[in-house]
Amino acid sequence: MSFLNFFNRNRSSAPVARERLQVLLAHERAFSGRTDLAERLQKEILAAIAKHIPIDGDKVVVRLDRGDQVSTLEIDIEVPEQVLAR
Amino acid sequence: MSKVVVVTSGKGGVGKTTSSAALGAALAQAGQSVVVVDFDVGLRNLDLVMGAERRVVFDLVNVVQGDAKLPQALIKDKRLETLWLLPASQTRDKEALTEEGVEKVMDGLRARFDWIICDSPAGIEKGATLAMRFADQAVVVTNPEVSSVRDSDRIIGLLDSKTRRAEGGEKVDKQLLLTRYDPVRAARGEMMKVEDVLEILAIPLLGIVQESPDVLTASNLGCPVTLHNPASAPARAYADAARRLMGEEVTMTTPREKRGFLERLFGRKVAA
Repeated sequence: MSFLNFFNRNRSSAPVARERLQVLLAHERAFSGRTDLAERLQKEILAAIAKHIPIDGDKVVVRLDRGDQVSTLEIDIEVPEQVLAR
Repeated sequence: MSKVVVVTSGKGGVGKTTSSAALGAALAQAGQSVVVVDFDVGLRNLDLVMGAERRVVFDLVNVVQGDAKLPQALIKDKRLETLWLLPASQTRDKEALTEEGVEKVMDGLRARFDWIICDSPAGIEKGATLAMRFADQAVVVTNPEVSSVRDSDRIIGLLDSKTRRAEGGEKVDKQLLLTRYDPVRAARGEMMKVEDVLEILAIPLLGIVQESPDVLTASNLGCPVTLHNPASAPARAYADAARRLMGEEVTMTTPREKRGFLERLFGRKVAA
């Protein structure tokens, strides 16, 4: 522990708490009440695609990733070989 | 017109039961008729904090399920004429509560009391959602600590969406009760300040209750802290908060650090 650390220990952890909360809650509020968003998107996207291509419901993966600056919505659909071959 | 107030927090151990008992007693001391309802079915504790644990015969679940009439389950406080308790069941779980049943109980209580204080269990499951379901206003109990603030934010979201009032396009008035506040640590930058929590949660402040040994003493003795030692800092904070609930304008005093020159110099904490 350095000399400066000795005097700084335990000091001002409160601003860190405050900042972490502000960042976290901004995200959580944006998605509040929509905790089933990924699930709903999965259903709707599946329905839209199923109109045109026969697909397996289990082969659709929707992932929601919340980052600091940007959030990503990742949709992964496995299309059966024979559909594209036609 | 009677008012239903839910005392809620999301997180456990922040002081919901202590605050329910203290606010209920303070309102009763001010001449209001009050019932404090324990919604923590399976883990009841309000009876213990209020010193009525040996007088419980029937409980909320018995009334909800029609096994007992409301007056049979109500317990009158031994110290205050106008303070009553409706205990939770200790042997059942939250699934024993139904929305229709709780609504009936609330209607029955509205007819008898000025204030119905609903002590919510922790969490966001059935017990907590039913405790807030019929509330007109909410006291959000929060500690100046990250997990408590986060959970309070979540609860505020639920109060704005899952209550009868919210669903009917009305508002549930939400107020923040900051408990276990330590002014010495806040001054040192070790604990979030009142302003920090207020800025994050963005709801009006009902009161600040500082960390105090009086709270444990009162619960040891089964006496709401406002009755046990009315001159103590937490008792005064709760009494002021109760007056604010009644719509009175009471100046908010933020607890300050009480440190002498030597403590200041050496940075030691004193039990205020």
